[in-house]
Amino acid sequence: MLNFLGLLFDGLAYGTLLFLISVGLSVTLGLMGFINLAHGVFAMVGGYLLVVLMGRFGIDFLTALPIIFVAVALASLVLERTLYRPLYKSTHLDQVLLTVGIIFVAIAGATYFWGPGQQPINIPDWLKGQLSLAGVDLSRYRLFLMAVGTVITLLLVFGLERTRFGARVRASVERQRTAESMGIHVERVFQITFALGSGLAGLGGALGVDVLGLDPYFPLKYLVYFLLIVVVGGPGSVMGTLFAALLLGVADTAGKYYIPETGAFVIYVVMIVLLLFFPQGLLGRRKEI
Amino acid sequence: MSAREKHTPPYLLTLAARERWGRSEIAFWLGLVAVYFLLPTKLMFASQILITGLFAVSLDLILGYAGIVTLGHAAFFGLGAYTAGLLTKVGFTEPASGLLIAGLVAGIFGYLSSYLVLRGRDLSRLMITLGIGLLLYEVANRATDITGGVDGLQGIAVGKLFGLFAFDLYGKTAYLYVLGVSFLLFAIVRALMTSPYGLSLRSIRENQQRAVAIGIPIRTRLTNIYTFAAVLAGISGALLTQTTQFVAIDVFGFQRSADLLIMLLIGGTATLYGGFVGAAVFLIAQDWLSSINAEYWLFWLGILLIVTTRYLRGGVMGGLKSLHRLAARARHGAEP
Repeated sequence: MLNFLGLLFDGLAYGTLLFLISVGLSVTLGLMGFINLAHGVFAMVGGYLLVVLMGRFGIDFLTALPIIFVAVALASLVLERTLYRPLYKSTHLDQVLLTVGIIFVAIAGATYFWGPGQQPINIPDWLKGQLSLAGVDLSRYRLFLMAVGTVITLLLVFGLERTRFGARVRASVERQRTAESMGIHVERVFQITFALGSGLAGLGGALGVDVLGLDPYFPLKYLVYFLLIVVVGGPGSVMGTLFAALLLGVADTAGKYYIPETGAFVIYVVMIVLLLFFPQGLLGRRKEI
Repeated sequence: MSAREKHTPPYLLTLAARERWGRSEIAFWLGLVAVYFLLPTKLMFASQILITGLFAVSLDLILGYAGIVTLGHAAFFGLGAYTAGLLTKVGFTEPASGLLIAGLVAGIFGYLSSYLVLRGRDLSRLMITLGIGLLLYEVANRATDITGGVDGLQGIAVGKLFGLFAFDLYGKTAYLYVLGVSFLLFAIVRALMTSPYGLSLRSIRENQQRAVAIGIPIRTRLTNIYTFAAVLAGISGALLTQTTQFVAIDVFGFQRSADLLIMLLIGGTATLYGGFVGAAVFLIAQDWLSSINAEYWLFWLGILLIVTTRYLRGGVMGGLKSLHRLAARARHGAEP
């Protein structure tokens, strides 16, 4: 039982990370119907930034995180302007090819600068070790992850439900044409959400170095996970993405623990089955993309 | 114009003109025969290009003509490759029939998986094809007893072709064998795609609703072209196994599916020859660039993809076509 609780805890922490990374992808898909396979690249950039900021510049872990968020968000704005925007109205095939191209360039770049190996990271002492709560040993770092995830989810939900900008985003996801005719500048809305989402992915990638690992093939390795979460959760839905990410995190952790010999097998089967039986996403309504 | 032609409706004449083999096409295949005599030291590499070209043509059928976006076409290639390899292991070494069985296995799998793939729209298709590809990779990776796992399937002894021609070290038999099979299959593909059947696939790609309106059974068309493409991919996988006498696990890899997309893009989609041209350009460039540095190659590949989607629509074949059109216009301009 205790074992199970531990697994659940690990799975939820893992799911939180997946949520942080994929929520931006969900918005990209929901808003623009743009198939961005290169979303994992932003997470990887976040991870490498953390390695560089902490290792080379000696910046404190907590100070580095907001810097990464802003840096990745800004970088994504440049990319959106130069490469993504011309293909919004293009075919999905073109979008796939463009973003696969970005992945390849990112892999080659990361290998060139950091080599093909895993990157180690030194998390601060106060996050190391275990915390005993009611007989269950919980990793401090994972508790920290979940706290960050909770805060960000609350901020996102509050921002979407209670602010004017959030209302614009919801309107644009719901029906782009109508939103435009009501005077909402959908492209601008998209640009800002894209930057925020990429920033979050960067943050998730940075936080995930210790859990997910970090090597040049990161964007390809987790591509299926991000896509699966978004499709199951329903593009454009924050709560759906959260739900799907936590579910996948727990399922993947449990699968690796109880039936390790099957490896990544479970996740692919789960994905195909989910897509078969829930073509509309777990929470119902989904945009046709 | 003969009396009979006068009474034929013009659309039939157009169809007949589409079916005729052009001069450049005949030159293309004669050129491939000439390679056998002119470049006897490069025959292994030339066979690789032809095999990959055939594989790219099979992708072109579903992607270029029918408009199904897939990231897991290597699944069928890998199935064909492993089937051909395993057949020789159980003592069934005749290559031509091995090819047919490999095609059959891939075709059956393609038919079954078409029900999964064709359910959704682009995004779901993308994910399901990706998932199936990764799934098969995992299977090949785990079932080490049968597939040899990461080390690949080794010790494949291919028998004599039709019991007559043995495969030699220089790849002479292999090249002619690959060329013959490629030409045969290509002729079938060409006949299919120039026929009204091929036109109906194009109309599905262009506009599904209108295709339904003129009475095209979309689902059936897509299912059978998907199956046919799987057969072709399986046969090209089997050809690779038989000519190299080895199956590497990366026949199932994501990289192979992605590379294939890129080749097709370089060559030009829905152009029949785009697959072969793209495969040739891609593999020669890869041979040359990755001998300098493997990571550089990935970098340039990415750049190439980004640039192609932005600026080079239609690939090499598209470029050739517009050149041809320009030349024709210049000629017609000259004679009033």
